Amino acid sequence: MEDFDDDGPEIIKRFMYVNRRAPYGTIYALECLEVVLVAAAFDQDVSVVFVDDGVCQLKKNQDTTEIGMKNFSRTYGALDDYDVEKIYVEKESLEARGLTVDDLVIPVEVVAAAQLQVIMAQQDVVISS
Amino acid sequence: MSSMLHIVNKSPFDRNALDSCLRLAGSGSAILLIEDGVYAAVAKAAQADKITGRMGDCSFYALGPDIAARGLSDISLIDGIQVVDYEGFVDLVAEHGATQSWL
Repeated sequence: MEDFDDDGPEIIKRFMYVNRRAPYGTIYALECLEVVLVAAAFDQDVSVVFVDDGVCQLKKNQDTTEIGMKNFSRTYGALDDYDVEKIYVEKESLEARGLTVDDLVIPVEVVAAAQLQVIMAQQDVVISS
Repeated sequence: MSSMLHIVNKSPFDRNALDSCLRLAGSGSAILLIEDGVYAAVAKAAQADKITGRMGDCSFYALGPDIAARGLSDISLIDGIQVVDYEGFVDLVAEHGATQSWL
């Protein structure tokens, strides 16, 4: 049996996933979360960013029982289990929506737009949703 | 002529549906926020004054199940917005004249 894991030099790229949509109005948020969890299995350098309405994905205390949709907000807690530890939330987006870091379902790094520009420019691949 | 019911289901941060609604809704209109439209109901949100500015001549409603789904039940909503359930939604449609959905 070939062991693919040890063949050749390991190439690690920086992948950034940019979330800009609210959680339930469209399918973007759920799809992106699933993509991140799949991608996390490939041992790359993964960052997940929440800007604009994307910050609403992380709001605590979501209860979807009355709208008949899956509440996937707890799944963000699995990012840590998959060793996705670079999770950024844009400060400006959070403030515009009347939210603070205490309103969020997982620990994140709140960064200003100017800081996020720098982090974004360092990536090899940026995937937006 | 009975007053209109306007329904907004888009986030005010993402689309201009709420702006268009507020521009074209006449005095006495009822405005119901549903789905991502409920983000407009957050008291501390940056555009809250858009709604408070029309509070005097329009009545505002937001759909409770959509508020709960988005985790906004523990957050202050703009004073004067009435939270309704699905039955309240039906009542609003029945009580008003034409319904305009700002898709």
